[in-house]
Amino acid sequence: MERKVIIIGSGPAGLTSAIYTARANLEPLVFEGLQPGGQLTITTDVENFPGFPEGVTGPELMDLLRKQAQKFGAETHFANVEKVDISQKPFKVWAGGEEYKTQSVIIATGASARLLGMESESKLMGFGVSACATCDGFFYKDKKVLVVGGGDTALEEAVYLTRFASSVSIVHRRDELRGSKIMQDRVMKHPKIDVLWNSVIDEFVGESKGVGLTGVKLKNTKSGEISTVECDGVFIAIGHKPNSDLFTNQIKLDDMGYVKTQPDSSKTSVEGVFASGDIQDTVYKQAVTAAGSGCMAALDAERYLESLES
Amino acid sequence: MGDFTKTLTDDNFEIEILNSDKPALVDFWAEWCGPCIALGPTVDSIAEEYDGKAVVGKVNVDHHPTIAAKYSIRSIPSLLIFSNGKVEEQLIGAVSKEEITSIIDRLL
Ligand SMILES: Cc1cc2nc3c(=O)[nH]c(=O)nc-3n(C[C@H](O)[C@H](O)[C@H](O)COP(=O)(O)OP(=O)(O)OC[C@H]3O[C@@H](n4cnc5c(N)ncnc54)[C@H](O)[C@@H]3O)c2cc1C
Repeated sequence: MERKVIIIGSGPAGLTSAIYTARANLEPLVFEGLQPGGQLTITTDVENFPGFPEGVTGPELMDLLRKQAQKFGAETHFANVEKVDISQKPFKVWAGGEEYKTQSVIIATGASARLLGMESESKLMGFGVSACATCDGFFYKDKKVLVVGGGDTALEEAVYLTRFASSVSIVHRRDELRGSKIMQDRVMKHPKIDVLWNSVIDEFVGESKGVGLTGVKLKNTKSGEISTVECDGVFIAIGHKPNSDLFTNQIKLDDMGYVKTQPDSSKTSVEGVFASGDIQDTVYKQAVTAAGSGCMAALDAERYLESLES
Repeated sequence: MGDFTKTLTDDNFEIEILNSDKPALVDFWAEWCGPCIALGPTVDSIAEEYDGKAVVGKVNVDHHPTIAAKYSIRSIPSLLIFSNGKVEEQLIGAVSKEEITSIIDRLL
């Protein structure tokens, strides 16, 4: 069976595309990927999504979006897309070991946490190294932790971690923070938080079996000096990277790996393939802008499918 | 939680998991952990498919921190796969169903 539209990703962008295309009777199929609900499922309170004056938790909001899409007939699968072929029509998508054919594709694969990319980091991931303070902060009661980064996410994670940890040190490569003024103030005034300026992680120290992480080697970016800091956990918060590996060499990406879309539209370099949300957004990266562009992609796909019929 | 998935506690962990003669999949999770909630249905569906062949259970780390501490859990969701009372594999974070079942299949 040939599908009219397949949506890859179940964050605010993908699920909004699903709501719109389902209401247009296009019977969308959504592949949810390894992070059903997307990035918001790892946050606690979302206070800036319109319509929730009391705030809403990320997982709750995403549950509501999914239900809304399903109510209008969107089909959602807990599967990861392994491969796509958009070089000819119908397009082909492989997920959970099966092949699917479709007339159009909406890419809404979003972004994931950027890591430092060291071998010692990947070895200790989950054994003291984490990219998710809300998931793992709980395991660091009265422990000493580091947060790597200097933007708003890093500062928010640092403040969040003070609920559990005895001390939180921010490791930052420059001599000033990048985050908003309000977050900087909160961090600088916080009795449990200090900042290790001009520092980068040179190596994570520890064993994945047994003890886990025991500390890090820090390098001073000015003097080049290496020092050892003992700690129980390190949280990496150095931004995000677009999940566009599936489409390398099949579609136009920019230097950073974001999918390129035409101005004021969700159209990509391949006719019939649309992109929405963080995967194509180098500027705003918010839930509501992702949802907005999910709507654009759905309407663009709908028009494209109509043009095929006429 | 699915009908086939066992709720593991300090009291039944040894009997259900460590003394089991079948491979056992243990999911460490918590209500406040979004990725854990997302992984839940995958674990439940494995429990159903492997009913009678493997044991599948969940440990709520809020209620049973001692089990989590015993296995040095520092990140959730964490999946431990036991065979004959010993940890054979550990999977951390979001993983696909195939990744989990391929390990169980190897231990069957
Ligand atoms: C900790 C944190 C807190 C945040 N707080 C806020 C906030 O308060 N307010 C706000 O507006 N924004 C917030 N954001 C930003 C917001 O979450 C993102 O802008 C938004 O989620 C982007 O939506 P998206 O749909 O483009 O992608 P994502 O939410 O990144 O979702 C991507 C989806 O694609 C899927 N996927 C990826 N690869 C594949 C594949 N190969 N096959 C199938 N599926 C795949 C994933 O499983 C996921 O479902 C926060 C982000 C983080 C990380």
